[in-house]
Amino acid sequence: MPHIEIHQEKAVNKKELASLCPFGAIEIINDRLAINAACRMCRLCIKKGGGVFEYVEENTVPGVDKSQWKGIAVVAEIEEGNIHPVTFELIGKAGELAKKVNYPVYALMIGSGIRNQAEILLEYGADEVFVYDQEELQHFRIEPYTAVLEDFIRNVRPSSVLVGGTPTGRSLAPRAAARFRTGLTADCTKLDISPETDLDQIRPAYGGNIMAHINTPRHRPQFATVRYKIFSIPAKTTPHGKIHDCKLDPSKLCSGIEILNVAEKNQETGIEEAEVLVVAGRGIKKPEDLQMLQELADLLGGRLASTRAVIEAGWLDARCQIGLSGRTVKPKLLITCGVSGAIQFVAGMNSAEKIIAINTDENAPIFNVAHIGIKGDLYKIIPELIQQIKTARAEA
Amino acid sequence: MKIAVCIKQVPGTSQVEIDPVTGVLKRDGVESKMNPYDLYALETALRFKQEYDAEITVITMGPPQAQAVIKEAFMMGVDHGFLLSDRRFGGADVLATSYTLAQGIRAAGEFDLIICGKQTTDGDTAQVGAELAEFLNIPHVTSVCKINGISDNKITMLLDMPLHQETAAVSFPCLITVEKGIFEPRLPSYKLKLATADKPITVLTLDQMPDTDPAHYGLNGSPTQVKRIFPPESTNTHEMWNGEADELSRRLFHYLEDNKYLQQLR
Repeated sequence: MPHIEIHQEKAVNKKELASLCPFGAIEIINDRLAINAACRMCRLCIKKGGGVFEYVEENTVPGVDKSQWKGIAVVAEIEEGNIHPVTFELIGKAGELAKKVNYPVYALMIGSGIRNQAEILLEYGADEVFVYDQEELQHFRIEPYTAVLEDFIRNVRPSSVLVGGTPTGRSLAPRAAARFRTGLTADCTKLDISPETDLDQIRPAYGGNIMAHINTPRHRPQFATVRYKIFSIPAKTTPHGKIHDCKLDPSKLCSGIEILNVAEKNQETGIEEAEVLVVAGRGIKKPEDLQMLQELADLLGGRLASTRAVIEAGWLDARCQIGLSGRTVKPKLLITCGVSGAIQFVAGMNSAEKIIAINTDENAPIFNVAHIGIKGDLYKIIPELIQQIKTARAEA
Repeated sequence: MKIAVCIKQVPGTSQVEIDPVTGVLKRDGVESKMNPYDLYALETALRFKQEYDAEITVITMGPPQAQAVIKEAFMMGVDHGFLLSDRRFGGADVLATSYTLAQGIRAAGEFDLIICGKQTTDGDTAQVGAELAEFLNIPHVTSVCKINGISDNKITMLLDMPLHQETAAVSFPCLITVEKGIFEPRLPSYKLKLATADKPITVLTLDQMPDTDPAHYGLNGSPTQVKRIFPPESTNTHEMWNGEADELSRRLFHYLEDNKYLQQLR
């Protein structure tokens, strides 16, 4: 069993050594260093402890026979009867990984009335699609869905299973991983595969300020979840794979969960919830011009927000205001249009993941916080941008 | 009715950073606190205590100092506290953590309902609840945003999914993970702090678990291994675009397209 051995005789400054551990797992007991239950095996102490701490991996338990597990499987995400695009992204990534170790790409579809969409997964590059299309699988309920995934894994024996990091995927993947007593890495942002067929999984940890590289070296299958829009959707190809129709005995699809009602969601949310914000500033000349920014926001699936000036002019509802006297927002994308970037505004938005600022004044302070500063006239840039997005959508 | 709530002590800040030069984690002012998401799980349980006269037990796994979060839970009105603490639990990944919690829950008694927070702020995986339910062999639902009520040995809830909301009825025993904001968490009460100052906390080690095989716990019971940790590459650079309006709009369009901001609508 692997553990950390402490060479007490080498420990000079024990206090300093104890402070090496970010988790406070190194204690000094009776003037001796000891490791307590807070240890996460990050092995920083081994790296930085000057030989005091040693990683010992003795009588390692033999792992599974990896040659018995082949292929990269993707669990298709079905949302309201349609395939969620995260599925295509995962099939694309699975294809890249599979190529390196000469594996097939499998896709698993679970649901009711979904068989006619199996072909689409072949178009994105799946070699084999396994479809469980059964009435009992109409709604996502954890026991029947896990039973299906278990049945698939036992029959097909994939080396890796990739699942979308959606609410259902993040419920199904851990449940199945626990059933197989194997490893699961959540929300991977990078995936690669070693010649030994071990997934190299990279994920952010501790609020995203640290990245962790995680392996599942002795267990199969290896589970990983990946969120939507992390990987790219591959180009469609001529289908070459085949579709298997599978069925599980209804007696194995029982559940203690009953879905009583499915209701449309009230999409009315605050600007704090929006993933994309288009922000109007003093550079907007008249209230009618907001329509243009609203259109851009709609095209990006986002919301229109503004600085204080626009609110005070009475052009927008006060709930749309960003800044110290308004809302604090943290969208994935924020595009400011004619916003100068006063400190009270910036305080409410500077933790946005990506800030694009459009302003005619190159000395505007907003350019100090923007990741991309565009010196130009929003009245020319925005209408053209809208036109290009519309054209691209019409062609797609 | 008996309810167990799983809670965790986490670093006081999620802003742990890594020094890019030395590779050492910077831990300025890293104090510990209760995982903020657990407060919602606790509050949900405490509402049941008021309404259905439920008995609430909190369970946490961690070093001896993790007793602090159990004491905090006592100050909110929780009845019993179990700390699962053993050096051999150290280095646990999601699987080993869930397994240890499942064993601890079995050791602590029988429960109708187990409530977990959505995720922790340090591990951030949101997967322990589902694995725990599997080890306990009970149904689970996640994303619970509203409780409708309990009757006929069933709990009825509203589940918040990306495109819709589902009303689900789940038979006891079951496990639920609740969303942030399901209820407004209460503050610890000073009166309860005084009243529970001497309230005992049961500490369970590996030897008191139903399964005493150390191979199933901690690092040994963890299929995943952290190969290394490193600082993220900075993707946010600052750049300035100049030029004619049509060129700038084209460039912006391609930027939005390449970075998948245009995939929003399906």
